Amino acid sequence: MSESAIEHRFGRYGGQYVPETLMAALAELEQAWVAARADVAYRSELDGLLKEFVGRPTPLYRARRLSQQLLRPVYLKREDLNHTGSHKLNNALGQALLAKRMGKRRVIAETGAGQHGVATATACALLDLQCVVYMGSEDTRRQRPNVQRMELLGATVKPVQAGACTLKEATSAAIRDWVENVGSTHYIIGSVVGPAPYPALVRDLQSVIGVEARQQILEREGRLPARVIACVGGGSNAMGIFNAFLGDEDVQLIGVEAGGEGTDTPRHGAPLTVGGRAGVLHGSLSAIMQDEEGQIIEAHSISAGLDYPGTGPQHAFLRDSGRARYVAVTDRQALDAFRAVTRLEGIIPALETAHALAWTLAQSDGELDLVCLSGRGDKDLAEVLALT
Amino acid sequence: MSDTVTSASPRIATAFERAHSESRGALMPYLMGGYPTLERSLEIGRAYAQVGADIIELGVPYSDPLADGAVIHEAATEALAAGASVSGVLELARALSPSVPVVLMCYANVVFAPGVEAFVERLAHTGAAGLIVPDLPLEEATQTLAACDAHGIALVPLIAPTTPPERLAAIGARARGFLYTVSVVGTTGERSALPERFTELVAKAKAATDVPVAIGFGISTPEDVRAAVRAGADGVIVGTRLVRAAGDSADSAAAVAEVLSELKSGLGTDR
Repeated sequence: MSESAIEHRFGRYGGQYVPETLMAALAELEQAWVAARADVAYRSELDGLLKEFVGRPTPLYRARRLSQQLLRPVYLKREDLNHTGSHKLNNALGQALLAKRMGKRRVIAETGAGQHGVATATACALLDLQCVVYMGSEDTRRQRPNVQRMELLGATVKPVQAGACTLKEATSAAIRDWVENVGSTHYIIGSVVGPAPYPALVRDLQSVIGVEARQQILEREGRLPARVIACVGGGSNAMGIFNAFLGDEDVQLIGVEAGGEGTDTPRHGAPLTVGGRAGVLHGSLSAIMQDEEGQIIEAHSISAGLDYPGTGPQHAFLRDSGRARYVAVTDRQALDAFRAVTRLEGIIPALETAHALAWTLAQSDGELDLVCLSGRGDKDLAEVLALT
Repeated sequence: MSDTVTSASPRIATAFERAHSESRGALMPYLMGGYPTLERSLEIGRAYAQVGADIIELGVPYSDPLADGAVIHEAATEALAAGASVSGVLELARALSPSVPVVLMCYANVVFAPGVEAFVERLAHTGAAGLIVPDLPLEEATQTLAACDAHGIALVPLIAPTTPPERLAAIGARARGFLYTVSVVGTTGERSALPERFTELVAKAKAATDVPVAIGFGISTPEDVRAAVRAGADGVIVGTRLVRAAGDSADSAAAVAEVLSELKSGLGTDR
């Protein structure tokens, strides 16, 4: 693949299944990204902000009591220590800088848990861009603190009341807004989903996670991890950490999806784990949850960030090729891990992240695990405490 | 290329030719299949035919319609809640096709679900004349276009005001049936005051293709229709205004017939 190329497809997955109105904007975005990532000025502005504003590199922490309990070293890549509390700012900041380069003064975003919304609102405050965030009304309810943060940051939060009122509908509303306002607006999509070039663009911006983690663990342990584990909704923190290890064939890559009430019920968010026919959602062909006639099925997860019936096309490709493995853990298991890790390590993880931790906690085998601690769980307190 | 175009869609071509011979634009109302219910949507379709629709654009309700505004999105959601299915809508196509050419409007995932070839074959068996897939741009349409060509279904592409010239030419060259010209930068829905740009849009569209050019999105009044025809459009597609009328009234068929008759007055010489 030449240096200037951006993948439109990952195997058969990906593509650009969008209204014609957006095609010119996608081409413009692709050109802008190809130019920006090769531009020293863009790169150094982003790197400077990642260091001084976001707080990168994030630490790699050898989880003391977790490792003791599991009888193997478990390392946590501390994306929760990023400014705004998750990995989302890596992408939001890179894209907001890109929006500025493209001369777009208005930014829109979708958000589920609110972490991407907060990250985008933060980047927009920093760079003086107008910001509108679409969020399902169910999520504005269960992630109230993040709504308040976005509004404080100067963003307009638009609650979306359609379908299950969660991330899928918020994403659809954001895409419709983009169709209406494509001339003035850049859409900062929050995960490795959507039409090309987004899955590759967001992966590129998140790949800093894996680049750092790989180097850090080599420094600490003198070897690569046996497993790299990350939660997968759309899958941006997972692609971000997996990417640096794709060529390390001995390193297992494990994506943990939302099992909801169980993958044997219809109430989950685990299209990769469950399998089935590929389909189109939000502009790309990937693993999705759909019925026989191609209507999209609503997902369910206790975690708003994983409550999504689709996933990134590169994940579908990695699954089919066997390079990565995808598993699911239930709401219950995630909640238990949320509590367990909080007590064991003094780290309150996001409910999304708790899925990756739950899977790790459940493994009795293994020799060296690296888990992406994608975000902190302060936003989830009300939801978790209400359940007990 | 013109040969392929005509053979893919003789009924569509005939419909435009007839309108043209009567010195008017073709009337192309949109019908949301299964809205408010399957039975009532069939009545609405029949009312369209009686009022003088030249082509009916039959929408398959979809869970995630990205090209549609609030009115059609909500109608689709209601139709699905009322039990609408792809099979049901294809039965509507079968029922309406003998009296008027039907072009199905359907999102990509619904076409892909049973497999492109199987879907198009099924559609052809209903007697439908064409297919519009609003989220299937040129780059993704190769397989669907081949299947449609093989089954005598016109795959109607869309162009938008944002479509750059070289792309317009590529789309126009592969157009079958007609070229669907989206009149606004936006989703479907009623808007005020947009016809100033029709002339430029239609001229660009016509220069890019041999098939007729139809304008849609945002057209809701007889004045809009008149402006579109005056701008040189061969046909005018009206959707949201009619879907709204169907939803607002207990007698949907009568309500849409009234609105469509009014819109028809903007088409040119009355027949």
